[in-house]
Amino acid sequence: MLQLISLLMENKPGALMRVTGLLSSRGYNIESLTVARTLDPELSRMSIVVDVEPNQCTQVIKQMNKLVNVLQASDLTEGAAVRRELVLVRVRAQMQNRTAILKEAEIFGARAVDSSVEGFALEATGDPEKLDEFIDVMRSYGEIEVTRSGMVAVSLENKKLKLAPPVHKDIEVESTSPAA
Amino acid sequence: MPGTLMSGAQTVLECLTREKVEIIFGYPGGVTLPFYDAMYDSPIKHVLVRHEQNAAFAAQGYSRATGKVGVCCATSGPGATNLVTGLVDAMMDSIPIVAITGQVTSKLIGSDAFQEADTFGITRSGTKHNFLVKNVADLPRAIHEAFHIASTGRPGPVLVDITKDAFQAQGHYTPVTSIHLPGYRVYTEGHAGQIRRAAQAMWEAKRPMIYAGGGIIHSGAHAELQELVELLGAPTVCTLMGLGGLPSNHPNFISLPGMHGSYAANMGMTEADLLIALGVRFDDRVTGRLAAFAPHAKVIHVDIDPAEVGKIRNPEVPIVGDVKKVLVKILEEMKATIGEKANHDASREGWRRQIDEWKREHPLEPSMSPDAIKPQHLMAEIDRLSGGQAIVASDVGQHQMWAAQLIKFHHPRLWLNSGGLGSMGFGLPSAIGAQFARPDKLVFAICGDGGFQMSIPELATIANHSLPVKIIVMNNGYLGMIRQWQELFYNNRLSQAKLDSFPNPEKLAGAYGFKGRTVESPRELRSALEDAVREPGPYLLNVKVTPFENVFPMVPAGGAINEMVLGPPQPVEVA
Repeated sequence: MLQLISLLMENKPGALMRVTGLLSSRGYNIESLTVARTLDPELSRMSIVVDVEPNQCTQVIKQMNKLVNVLQASDLTEGAAVRRELVLVRVRAQMQNRTAILKEAEIFGARAVDSSVEGFALEATGDPEKLDEFIDVMRSYGEIEVTRSGMVAVSLENKKLKLAPPVHKDIEVESTSPAA
Repeated sequence: MPGTLMSGAQTVLECLTREKVEIIFGYPGGVTLPFYDAMYDSPIKHVLVRHEQNAAFAAQGYSRATGKVGVCCATSGPGATNLVTGLVDAMMDSIPIVAITGQVTSKLIGSDAFQEADTFGITRSGTKHNFLVKNVADLPRAIHEAFHIASTGRPGPVLVDITKDAFQAQGHYTPVTSIHLPGYRVYTEGHAGQIRRAAQAMWEAKRPMIYAGGGIIHSGAHAELQELVELLGAPTVCTLMGLGGLPSNHPNFISLPGMHGSYAANMGMTEADLLIALGVRFDDRVTGRLAAFAPHAKVIHVDIDPAEVGKIRNPEVPIVGDVKKVLVKILEEMKATIGEKANHDASREGWRRQIDEWKREHPLEPSMSPDAIKPQHLMAEIDRLSGGQAIVASDVGQHQMWAAQLIKFHHPRLWLNSGGLGSMGFGLPSAIGAQFARPDKLVFAICGDGGFQMSIPELATIANHSLPVKIIVMNNGYLGMIRQWQELFYNNRLSQAKLDSFPNPEKLAGAYGFKGRTVESPRELRSALEDAVREPGPYLLNVKVTPFENVFPMVPAGGAINEMVLGPPQPVEVA
């Protein structure tokens, strides 16, 4: 089943690899993944959609929470969350179709971000199913090229972020190795 | 304050000193030259092994025998890749080790430089955490964080990959006084409500069974375990990782559970109405077919790793915490409710009698022969010499199972073996690490003729340091466990299981300057072992045992643990 996971993690080299490695080592295919910095530039927010065996969903979240770089992993597959995706569509438009394409785009709340004699680049956001429909409609006008962002999500529940406090390091201060 | 000016290599050694590291097992190479140069002036002892894999195994042996963090070191590329088996092995058995590897100069990373490998990527899944350090200023934090992560929570291996230029660069060293890893949460205390429920469930149980694992050893909870065993009067199985958690001569101890567990252990697990799982992970070699595992039991599962609780079996009472801390609280709770003890004491007494009956019906007894040395006979003799006190580092295979079944351990940290990963070649190098850690102890390395030949290079390390390790090769001329499975499940088609050309042990040991011999006669076995133990230095004893012995009881893969094969088919009289 498709599981939507939201992660708050340290913005460090290798952090992404740890998360994706955990999934790929179990043979799970990642359907989509987005990651970007949060308000705190030292942290990133990642949204992953991954095909997981249904009885392994909890285990995957637990394993992710064990990663040292992950501050919080939560399952947003169900429960209160906003789930959105962005799509960029390039449509090759014939002269006689141009108005119709723009009208159709308007219905989906998409907007033209580029226009040329060749056609348009359109941008739409929404839930993924709506975007599927949008893409289908645009395909009926001719050749299209599509880039999807993958799902991004924000939980509407207030989940308490449990962080480990700093640990005082009781290290012997007496130095034995010679300083240069 | 700018701090003391020193090189990255000196910084690493300074940090290791502050972590109270006494010994590093390692092998130098091109990019670790600056580190080894600084080591020349360091009081930390370095043991030059003969293969990097054995550095990791020796560090594990050191750690397993003491509970301290073991340290190993290797160079970039092949040095680091050779460490990998030892790291994954430590990961599977939750052994705290820190590996320091060299990496090519940071500017060359990604250029397919000489001896370059993506150590950080390769070891991602085989370590609890790993670091790539390219800047001298990041070294102190990385090293101390590595020790912190390795030794706390569920212990495990941590690797620090350090570029050559980071070793060489001069930096202003200031001591690290606190570690902040916000995402590294360790839950040690256990949930108070669940602890109360656990105590309650224990008093209510009529057929309780304690299933104790490596967590008991790691958290040092052996005293608390024994107190619980005696307070509740519960029979107890110790897993391969948990042996020594309860003294093997304790009346409530009933050997190993699982694939090669004893009849009483497996019947007990199957019939129990309460399974008290302490620091275990319901390994497939223990549970057999899961649907038939402990089918009547309510489960209390205590583990420090939240991901282990509910991973295989959903417990009725889940407790995430350090086994020792949780047991202390459970014991307090039980003592506060001691009035409830009497309620089911009578049925628990009946349960104990049932267990004893199972023990008597099918005991784990060494079978002997007057004509040839049986492997079980060998283990019984080692057990006699050890008296529950020696360190026994085992390799992987049939001998490991017989040793686990027949050698008694009166204390924790005496039985060292590769439990989860099952790495052949583990026994000898881990014995080296253990002997360095415990020079006062008698250390046996029990190997098969297969695993021993994977470790032969380390005979040089043993000779080099005159380590009095007693190397006992249980030589059946086969990869015994492979042969056993081929016999039982592959129509006895012994494909690539025969090991010919075993070296002459006397000459082999002699080539390294110590004593060795072969013993074949059961009458000479005892004196041969006594000679080996009496020898002040190392000793290689090649024990020729009957080749076609199988390990029993055996639960065939995928079988239920109460459906054991108890022994070889009896010969049928033909009229």
